[in-house]
Amino acid sequence: MSTAKQPIIQVKDLHIAFGERRRRFEAVRGVTFDIYKGETFGLVGESGSGKTSIGRAIIRVYSISGGEVIYDGQRISGKIDPELDRRVTREIQMIFQDPMASLNERAKVDYIVAEGLYSTEKGLSREERTRRVHGALMDVGLLPEFASRFPHEFSGGQRQRIGIARALVMDPKFIIADEPISALDVSIRAQVLNLMSTLQKERGLTYMFISHDLSVMRFICDRIAVIHRGVLVELGNTEQLFRLPLHPYTQALLSAVPMPNPTYEKKKQPIAYDESVHDYSVDKPVWQEIEPGHFVLANQQERDRYMERLAACAIPERV
Amino acid sequence: MSETTKTPEPVLQVKDLNVKFSLRGRVLHAIRGVTMDIYRGESLAIVGESGSGKSVLTKTFMGLLDQNGWVDSGSIVFEGEDLTTFSAEKDWLRIRGRKIAMVLQDPMTSLNPLKTIGKQIGEALMLHQGLKGEEADKRIQEVLLDVGIDEPARRMKQYPHQFSGGMRQRVVIAIAIACQSQILICDEPTTALDVTIQAQILQLIRNLIHKYDLTAVYITHDLGVVANIADRIAVMYAGDIVEIGTCEEIFYDPRHPYTWALLSSLPQLGRKGEALYAIKGTPPNLFNEVVGDAFAPRNPHALNIDFRERPPYFDVSPTHRVRSWLEDPRAPKVEPPEILKRIREQGGSLYEHC
Repeated sequence: MSTAKQPIIQVKDLHIAFGERRRRFEAVRGVTFDIYKGETFGLVGESGSGKTSIGRAIIRVYSISGGEVIYDGQRISGKIDPELDRRVTREIQMIFQDPMASLNERAKVDYIVAEGLYSTEKGLSREERTRRVHGALMDVGLLPEFASRFPHEFSGGQRQRIGIARALVMDPKFIIADEPISALDVSIRAQVLNLMSTLQKERGLTYMFISHDLSVMRFICDRIAVIHRGVLVELGNTEQLFRLPLHPYTQALLSAVPMPNPTYEKKKQPIAYDESVHDYSVDKPVWQEIEPGHFVLANQQERDRYMERLAACAIPERV
Repeated sequence: MSETTKTPEPVLQVKDLNVKFSLRGRVLHAIRGVTMDIYRGESLAIVGESGSGKSVLTKTFMGLLDQNGWVDSGSIVFEGEDLTTFSAEKDWLRIRGRKIAMVLQDPMTSLNPLKTIGKQIGEALMLHQGLKGEEADKRIQEVLLDVGIDEPARRMKQYPHQFSGGMRQRVVIAIAIACQSQILICDEPTTALDVTIQAQILQLIRNLIHKYDLTAVYITHDLGVVANIADRIAVMYAGDIVEIGTCEEIFYDPRHPYTWALLSSLPQLGRKGEALYAIKGTPPNLFNEVVGDAFAPRNPHALNIDFRERPPYFDVSPTHRVRSWLEDPRAPKVEPPEILKRIREQGGSLYEHC
């Protein structure tokens, strides 16, 4: 597995806090992970777990209170020089959850898609700008003449395509997609996901998907990190995680995904995650690599138990 | 499945219902001849894409159509009365909230942020049952406990912002059941919620159905969530029910190509590396009169007749009806997509237990 994988994003001991002094609240506490070039990295957690905050910290909407974020070998958190700032603004883009809320209702598609170009590439001629907007629209399967329309003239799926075009027009390297399909109908979801995966192959994009829905994540992510209350509890490649989830919270999340199979589903009791199963009073938990590429938050005792389970479920022969 | 499968007694009967809207001088035919019964004590899921008319259909049961919409023809019979003949608001007040209650998608918007939740449940009790004072308080605490909110005496004095999304949805459900309605309509009750919370809310609704002897109508676009809760499933497309059957029949023996497509696009069935199944094209424009089978233009298995003549219902079993020409004895044999076999193979969980 250790073929030269190059990290595009490195998040090191990230802390994000809101509020001051007594009202201070640490939403993210010491999160560390790498995202490799060309992969799709998933960040899964419930509302309030801090997954969106991490995305926003990477794209520098939120300032961080500890740790650092490294993009392509250079630190991009905190104060950075204007040259790098411009580059990062261009190369890291975001796709938002709700296409109904994330597009300016009063602007035409032309302006919505070109807005980033106006601020980062001021010298661009009007023809060039139009050419790039039309190019981006075609890339997402929309017609160039849609540029003169307003967002309300489009369906949810088309709007999400406009949101994707807006990111693509900047010619990004890394895209953060925060719940990009959860506001869409099941049948439209597939179209948007397939589009994103085609774009990834064509342009060698790196994605970070933020979601609470593991059924979708399983499908598109190479690696998945599970976050609970601002702390990563497990990270592994998708096969590892779905074959043998170790942390009880990951198991609870997985068991909550409804399956299209009435016989099983009607008997199912969802596992609720209870933090008191961990006895961390003396034996403190550590973020550790338990098998190659598979990280879990565990103390010594849990580690031993997890190792046993891994050994018991080992794949006999790797082909 | 419910125990009452022997002789299902219809509690609400919809017959050949047509609903139209007038929009910018044009007429939109939103519900195109729906006929179905809702049985007492069952939980029925209505599944379809946005715009398929699933919400409009249930809104007609409560007289909640928008100003520009009307029931063009057909009947909705509930307790011996035809609801489509109601014209005065006064008539609807006997039904709405009292006999038929609704839980909406977004708990953030269906509660009043300026009133305590005790007050909001109390309002419903006052209006429909004339309960006041201590009596009402007692009942409020009862229903809060029923929906799984602990310390009801303290919680009832709190405001919606002091509740999390899942808890707010519980409050909305509490309001709906407080008045002991017979039919509970849940319109996408878990779409705005996390998966873990969703599982809890579904469980809660299931328990309440038993406890209060409710009839539940469950509206969703996600077939994945209904396996858990539905006794029967109705699949809607372009303002029409194209297939209806028991939960098992729809998942294990689906017949309509649209149901196949909906099931195939579930990410739970997808495998990594394959493209996820996407339904091509868009639903028909209901401003225009639909000719033939509405799904035909998007249907890879469409027959010639699908473009000319609307299919009738074919009975697959006494409980299973399909509106598709494929069921006609003269039609060529078409196998359902391969991917649907995974529904059985996959078992009950996304991960294999070792």
